[in-house]
Amino acid sequence: MTEADLTTAPSAGDPRAGSDDVGASLWRVAFRRLRRNPGAIAGAVIVLAFVLVAAFAPLIANYDAGELPGRADVRPTFIPGPSDEFPLGIDRYGADLFSQLVWGARASLLVGVLSTLVGLLGGMLLGLVAGAFGGWVDALTMRAVDLMLSVPSLLLAVSIAAVIGQTSTSVIIAIGVVQVPIFARLLRGSMLAQRGQDYVLAASSLGLSRRTVTMNHVLPNSVSPVIVQATLMLATAVIEAAALSFLGLGGGAPTTAEWGRMLTAAQNELEVAPRLALWPGVCIAVTALGFTLFGEALREALDPRSRKR
Amino acid sequence: MIRLVLQRIALLVPTLLGLSVLLFLWVRALPGGPATALLGERATPEAVERINRLYGFDQPLLQQYLKYVGQLATGNFGTSTRTNRPVLEEFLNRFPATVELTVLALVIAIGIGIPLGYVAARRQGRLTDHATVVASLIGVTIPVFFLAFLLKWLFAVQLGWFPSAGRQDPSMVATHPTGFYVLDGLLTREWDASWDAIVHLVLPAIALGSIPLAIIARITRASVIEVQNADYVRTARAKGLRRTRLRSRVILRNAMLPVSTTIGLQVGLLLSGAVLTETVFAYPGIGSFLAEAIFNLDYAVLQGFVLIIAVVYALANLAVDVSYGLIDPRMRTR
Repeated sequence: MTEADLTTAPSAGDPRAGSDDVGASLWRVAFRRLRRNPGAIAGAVIVLAFVLVAAFAPLIANYDAGELPGRADVRPTFIPGPSDEFPLGIDRYGADLFSQLVWGARASLLVGVLSTLVGLLGGMLLGLVAGAFGGWVDALTMRAVDLMLSVPSLLLAVSIAAVIGQTSTSVIIAIGVVQVPIFARLLRGSMLAQRGQDYVLAASSLGLSRRTVTMNHVLPNSVSPVIVQATLMLATAVIEAAALSFLGLGGGAPTTAEWGRMLTAAQNELEVAPRLALWPGVCIAVTALGFTLFGEALREALDPRSRKR
Repeated sequence: MIRLVLQRIALLVPTLLGLSVLLFLWVRALPGGPATALLGERATPEAVERINRLYGFDQPLLQQYLKYVGQLATGNFGTSTRTNRPVLEEFLNRFPATVELTVLALVIAIGIGIPLGYVAARRQGRLTDHATVVASLIGVTIPVFFLAFLLKWLFAVQLGWFPSAGRQDPSMVATHPTGFYVLDGLLTREWDASWDAIVHLVLPAIALGSIPLAIIARITRASVIEVQNADYVRTARAKGLRRTRLRSRVILRNAMLPVSTTIGLQVGLLLSGAVLTETVFAYPGIGSFLAEAIFNLDYAVLQGFVLIIAVVYALANLAVDVSYGLIDPRMRTR
C-alpha cells in the first residue's frame, strides 16, 4: 500500500459520501427500472389521479360533502339514476353520488396515508430499537410484536377502534397500530442482515461511534424493504378503512362522504339501485390496485437479485 | 416431530397470557370503566358502584387479573350483555358455521389457486400466464365485502341461482346433532338438508376464498418458476426421469414448500374476512355475531371472541407447521 492510498483512505470511508453515493445509485437504478415497467406506470398514474382528485376535490365536486341537493327526488321505492344534473345519480339520502365519490377520495387518502404513517413511525421506532440494541431489548420487542401478530389483523383493528370510540381518528389509529408489528419486524430483520456486512465492519473499525454506524450506515441501507412495504400497506389501509367503516366503526352521519360508509348505506338498496354499491366499491378496488401495482414494481426495482438481470 | 408440537404448545402459553393481560387492561381502559361498558353510558353513579362491587372492579388490579385468569382457565369468558348467555356458549353455537364456511373457502382457494398458478408457470410469458397474474392482482385488491356484494347482487338477487342470506332455508326441518349442517345432513341421511346447507355456503365461500385464491395462485406460480429452473431439476431431467414423475415428484413437491407456508398465513385472513362476508350474507357464524357485538358495544363478546380466535389461529398455524414437516423431510429431524 502506498502513502497516497493511506491518506485518501479516510475520505473514501467518510460516512456521508459513502452512503449517499450507494443510496443514490440504488434509487437511480430503481427509478430507471420503474420507468420501463408498464405496471409501475399504470400504478403511478392511478395513484397520481387519486391524489389529484383528493387535492382538488372542491373544484371537481359539484356539491359539498354531505350536501343533499336531490333530497326531494328520492322516493321510498325509487332512487333517480344518472341525469344531466347528477352524472352518476343520487343516493338514498339525495346526495350527488359523483360529488360524494370525489370527497370520499379525500377521506380515503387521508385515512390511508395517516394510518400508514402511524404504522411506519411506530414500527420503525420499534424495529430500530430492536435492530440497534439486540440482546434482551430485541427479544422483548419481538415478543411484543409476536403478541400483536397473534390476533388476525382486522380483528385487532376492530377491537382497538371499538374501544377508542367510533370516530375516523380511531380508525386511523387502529389501522396504524395493526401495521406497527409488520414494519417493526421488517426493519429489524433488514438491519440484522446489514449488520454483518463488510462496510459496517469497516465503518466501526474506522472508529465511528455505534450510533453513527447505526443511524448513518445501517439504517439508510435497511429502509428500502420498509418503503416498499409502506407503499403496499397504503392499499391495505384504504381497504381496511373501508372495512371498518363498513362495520360501523367510522362514526359520523350516514351521509358522510366515505367509500366504506357509502357501501354500507348501499347494502339496503342492493335490489333498487346496485350502482350505489358499484361505484364506491370500484373506487376502493382501483385505488388499492394502483398502490399495489406501484409497490410491487418498486419492490422489483429495488431488489438487487432482479436488478442484475 | 412430537417435540416440535409440544414446544409450540408450550410457547402458546406465554402468548395467551400476554394477550389476556392486554385484553384485561383493554376493557379497563374503556372510558368510564367496565361498569359503563356493562350498563351503558347513561348509568347512574349508584348503579356503577353496585356493579363495581358485584364484579370486584373496586379491588386491586392484580387481584382482579388473577381472578380473571382463573375464570378463563375454567372456560368462563363472561356473559354477553346483549343475549345474556355465556360468551363461550355463544361462540360454540356459531363456530361450526364459520368452520364450514372457512373450510369451503380454503378448499376453493387451494383447489383453484394451485392448479392455476402451476399452469401459469408452465406457460410463463404467454397469455394464460399474463391473465392469471392480472386476475390474481385484481383478486387481492378487491375488498372482500365488495366482492360479496357483487356476488350477492348477480347470483342471488338478479339470477336467483343461490339464496342471498342465511345458513339453511328456514322452512327446512332438519336435526343438528353436530352443528355442522352439511355433516348433519349426511349423518341423519337428510340429503336435502345437506344440499341446502351447501347451496347457502357457495356464494359466501367464493367471496371469502377470493383473496387467498389470488395469493396462493401467485405464490405457486413464482415457486414453480423458481423450482423448474433449479439445478436439481436439470439433474433429474438429465438422468432420464420420466416427465410426469419429474413434474409430480420433483417440481410440484419442492414448489409446494412456500405454498404451504402461504396457506397457513391465510387462516388469519379467512377469520378476518369472515366478519365481513358473514355480515353481507347474514350468515350466522362467529363473524356476523362479532360484527353485531361491535354495533352493540358488547365488550364481553368482543374480548372473549378475540381471545378464543387467537387460540384457534395459533392452533391452525401449528397444524400448518406440522404439515410442513410432512412435505419437507428436512423438518422432521429437527
